[in-house]
Amino acid sequence: MNPRSFPWVRTVCAWTTSLLLFFPLFWLGLTAFKTEMQAIAVPPQLFFTPTLDTFAEVNARSDYVAHARNSLVSSVASTVLGLLIAAPAAYAMVFFRTPNTRGLLMWMLSTKMMPAVGALLPVYVLAQTTGLLDSLWSLVIVFTLTNLPIMVWMLYSAFKDVPREIIEASRLDGASVWAEFRHVALPLTKGGFASTGLLCLVLAWNEAFWSLNLTSVNAATLAGLIASYASPEGLFWARLSAASLMAIAPIVVFGWFSQKQLVQGMTFGAMK
Amino acid sequence: MTVTSRPSPGARLGRLLLAPAVATLFLWMIVPLAMTVWFSLIRYNLMQPGEHGFVGLENFHYFATDPDFWPAVAHTLQLLASVIAITVVLGTGLALLVNEPFPGRGIVRVLLISPFFVMPTVNALLWKHMMMNPVYGLLAEVWRFFGATPVDWMTDVPLLSVVVMLSWQWLPFACLVFITALQSLDREMLDAARLDGANRFQQFRHFVLPHLGRSIAVVVMIEMIFLMSVFAEIFTTTSGGPGNESTNLAFLVYKQALMNFDVGVASAGALIAVLLANVAAVFLIRLVGKNLD
Repeated sequence: MNPRSFPWVRTVCAWTTSLLLFFPLFWLGLTAFKTEMQAIAVPPQLFFTPTLDTFAEVNARSDYVAHARNSLVSSVASTVLGLLIAAPAAYAMVFFRTPNTRGLLMWMLSTKMMPAVGALLPVYVLAQTTGLLDSLWSLVIVFTLTNLPIMVWMLYSAFKDVPREIIEASRLDGASVWAEFRHVALPLTKGGFASTGLLCLVLAWNEAFWSLNLTSVNAATLAGLIASYASPEGLFWARLSAASLMAIAPIVVFGWFSQKQLVQGMTFGAMK
Repeated sequence: MTVTSRPSPGARLGRLLLAPAVATLFLWMIVPLAMTVWFSLIRYNLMQPGEHGFVGLENFHYFATDPDFWPAVAHTLQLLASVIAITVVLGTGLALLVNEPFPGRGIVRVLLISPFFVMPTVNALLWKHMMMNPVYGLLAEVWRFFGATPVDWMTDVPLLSVVVMLSWQWLPFACLVFITALQSLDREMLDAARLDGANRFQQFRHFVLPHLGRSIAVVVMIEMIFLMSVFAEIFTTTSGGPGNESTNLAFLVYKQALMNFDVGVASAGALIAVLLANVAAVFLIRLVGKNLD
């Protein structure tokens, strides 16, 4: 059976599954425009008169802009810093390979396996003694470190795809390592850099554990904003939905537009 | 002259380029680890300040003989295995589904991967309340529609609820990686096989699956790294309960530290968790490490 001769089966299956998977998000968006009474109506309402009151309430109660700014600053800064540290390391792993390289990469990845809870107390104490508690610096540092292994791995696989002959040729021409990186390797790995940066941006934006535990007022991110609507007001679904929608909308929309670039580099060296 | 056998100035430069990453990660690993080891060997309860006597391995003994310990280990593994199995199987299917052109493929892909961009806390709250609430939730309505009694997810099947949320979150990731992998599938070879009379299953078994092998290894590895220490989803939904039914190791450590205020025991627990993670890591590296070169 040739799949191309039955496109409608594929079309129906693909649309059904993707709509089902997307439905919880759609419902979240819908609930954000309901009143609290409509939000908990039985049976659930699909059609109703939308209201913006809930958004107004959320904005009156908490400073969305400040939380969003903290999320943006911490995720962008940690991504840039991470790329600056990871790129030379990945470059060295590919082009100055030693017998230890693979072990080194595995060791880096293994640092990510430590449950964050295990490191919480020491890191909290360190942040407290250095005065970095509730500051964006602590978040930037922690996000950079937690994403670093993934970044090195992704860039490592990007550099591995650069044909060795090209690098060798440029070395024979006497190019410096910086020139070699800047003019030969970088243009060929732009896609890899883009998707590495994008993935880490998403991971940092969505990080909840460290941002909840290391920040309180000044550096609280959107994860903190959501948490403030979680426990005491768990039953105010419309408010919870409105706050959630505002917290995830920037990154989800960003993800939609960048998914092509993101996909390009998600090989993790799994392809020859 | 080959790239790999650069003379020693190159090797020095290589080490120099590696230094920042290795040094920061080493510090990130060793400093908390050393402090945790120290905490785990002393009496350190926040409710009893001033008593920091050396207690040897007592904290480890206390944590490992806690009746919640083995269930937590089991739950951690169940969570890992179920989410990985679900996402790899469904992810492969979905990636194959959207790999061929059909009307609206671009939109379908965007819809499919959206859950991956959602914060774990939002994911957890969305499912806990709006989907899984036994009275007002959407799933309850679906159950009623089919004439069944709605399930009280958080109480009756807490671990399964967490598995559902995590699978929803990670399925798009697996799907993304597989979509990328399928793009490099040799179509001519597949077409040749088809002309030779290979059926769909044979094509999948002998061409597609081997091609996806390494990507599957990668997905298993990355999901394992993130799922081993799942915390936010459990914290926001079931709080490990009812009883210990959805408590994993990460959450058990948290319970000791911040609910019982016992830093010593929590540190011992964290070290046990790290130990188990490393056992898993060694096992994993054996399994997939050779696929990453």
